[in-house]
Amino acid sequence: MQKDIHEKNLNSPSKVGGYSNTKATLALAKASFRSIMRSPSAVVFTLAFPLIFILVFGFLGGGGTRIDVGVTPGSDINNPVMGMLEKTGMIRLVKDKSKAEFDKLLEKGNVDAMIDIHRKINSAAYSVNVVYTSASRDKGGILKSVLNNIFYDKTLKPTVAEIKESTITGREYKTIDFILPGQLGFSLLSTGVFGTAFVFLSLRQTLVIKRFFATPVRRSSIVIGEGIARIGFALIGALFIILIGHFFFGFTLVHGALTVVNMLILATLGVIVFMGFGFIISGIAKSESMVPPISNIITLPQFLLSGTFFSIEAFPGWLQPISRALPLTYLNDAMRKVAFEGLGLWDVKFQIMILLLWGICIYAVAVKVFKWE
Amino acid sequence: METKKAIISVKDLVKKYDDFVAVQGLSFEVYEHEIFGLLGPNGAGKTTTLEIIETLRDKTSGEIIVDGFSVDKNPQQIKQIIGVQLQAAGYYPNLNLIELIELFAGLYGANIKPMEMLEKVNLQDKAKAKYKALSGGQKQRFSIATTLINQPKIIFLDEPTTGLDPQARRNLWDLITEIRDAGTTVVITTHYMDEAEQLCDRVAFVERGQIIALDTPDNLIDQLVSSGFERKKEVKKANLEDVFINLTGQEWRE
Ligand SMILES: Nc1ncnc2c1ncn2[C@@H]1O[C@H](COP(=O)(O)OP(=O)(O)OP(=O)(O)O)[C@@H](O)[C@H]1O
Ligand SMILES: [Mg+2]
Repeated sequence: MQKDIHEKNLNSPSKVGGYSNTKATLALAKASFRSIMRSPSAVVFTLAFPLIFILVFGFLGGGGTRIDVGVTPGSDINNPVMGMLEKTGMIRLVKDKSKAEFDKLLEKGNVDAMIDIHRKINSAAYSVNVVYTSASRDKGGILKSVLNNIFYDKTLKPTVAEIKESTITGREYKTIDFILPGQLGFSLLSTGVFGTAFVFLSLRQTLVIKRFFATPVRRSSIVIGEGIARIGFALIGALFIILIGHFFFGFTLVHGALTVVNMLILATLGVIVFMGFGFIISGIAKSESMVPPISNIITLPQFLLSGTFFSIEAFPGWLQPISRALPLTYLNDAMRKVAFEGLGLWDVKFQIMILLLWGICIYAVAVKVFKWE
Repeated sequence: METKKAIISVKDLVKKYDDFVAVQGLSFEVYEHEIFGLLGPNGAGKTTTLEIIETLRDKTSGEIIVDGFSVDKNPQQIKQIIGVQLQAAGYYPNLNLIELIELFAGLYGANIKPMEMLEKVNLQDKAKAKYKALSGGQKQRFSIATTLINQPKIIFLDEPTTGLDPQARRNLWDLITEIRDAGTTVVITTHYMDEAEQLCDRVAFVERGQIIALDTPDNLIDQLVSSGFERKKEVKKANLEDVFINLTGQEWRE
């Protein structure tokens, strides 16, 4: 044993200058990644929660039926049919959009049908023209029966002469196509915020970082190493969620693998931005028990208001500006556009820009409040 | 000591925490290949002094040279040639001992076989255990293993034997002596005088941030005896610790 130590000392003079920061960073990334994979809370937050929500919504289907019916520009508005439709409480009439906008919405199933009502020439009766979309078959079906009910309503009968119906073919927009990107976004948010905050706080408090500082490792290596591990873990989680969604719930990936790659790039950007929140929290929290409440202040509003479960268009008007200020809103939006509409990253540059802007602000604060000791 | 070349030299070291002066003008040298002990009551400033030499804390004033490097100008070089065991330190959570050693090897840029490091401190059986699951003595041994990863010229051990049972302590002394014999300089703090007497080549007594005595344990004892000091009671041929060791054996406890 003694001889052993001797040999070691002889054949390894302290190699000043031969030190590799990359090696140190990677060693940290590896250690951190192992540690995350073994931490139950990380796995639960990143994978189990989103998957449970996807499962629930995947099976529940729509959840609270509301049918968006576009009113074709130029349609008569002051007629009894419109009134009856609105009174059902199920139908929301969407007005004030151009024909081209409506066509797009209809094709994606963002509006479930279009309605066009005209007084018949030389008659007091109305002609009702309905266009359904194959992108939203279920809701189209509901609308159809609602219309039929109305058509046979005694008070209306004399005034409505005919209903003309047709269906356009669009890409079917399923609940999963809305829910999955939202859950993915939220998973990235919680991994970024909770994970980062907990790790740096506990490394600081248990003096792990102090012991690191007794080695030649640089501070940047510690941050980057942790970052690599966290991003790697988040991306594996994201890939897992996307694949389960695609193969078990029919999540639409317009361009297949390319779409997945684009989503993962967005996920990386998202998790980097969200980690900034984690750095801030680790700096201001005095103890581990303070991490969850502070983290919730950041994650909960985004969970509720960033279009994770409901399209933010469904929120009351006064809430929408708040929703539109949150970073997760833009990540979710970009994810949905990339996944379902098949847009490229350049097409969502606006969303990316807002995320980057958030990133710059968050990290500016993080640099100020982050504590090493 | 055949060679008396100073590997650490501390001159007029002062450390203030706000108004409180924890270290008040310490000066001492540590020679190459010796075991140097810093002794003194709680709060004397031992840990503070060590951590300043280890480049982990800033000093208020004074000059410190470690193997030719100044703590002000070359902290990075110093870190590469020292091994540090902190009085209180944790290790990365959720990793087993082998993985922790691998991590440190990466941080130091050292090429070592993790298992060999664990064998040095007789922890090979615990290779797959988590740090948290170790006993106090095993934790101390593991900490010492991490100080050896970069084959340092100097290691700093801050109370490595606190909380250990008598034979674990003795076994740790053997380990520390081996490390010294292999050519590494050891700086150690302890509250056990028997330990300092057995282990240290030279000791410094620190009180309220000042050195009040510095010499070999033998010389310090001789000085006291020659000043006319006598123990109150004749000592028996054995003490309770000898009984403990005799009853429980000498091996490492797992
Ligand atoms: N970070 C700090 N801030 C303020 N005061 C400190 C700090 N660290 C240590 N001190 C004070 O400095 C003095 C010396 O502390 P130090 O830890 O160096 O003592 P020590 O000799 O190692 O004691 P022990 O034997 O108990 O480990 C103590 O009075 C302590 O309260
Ligand atoms: Mg101390």
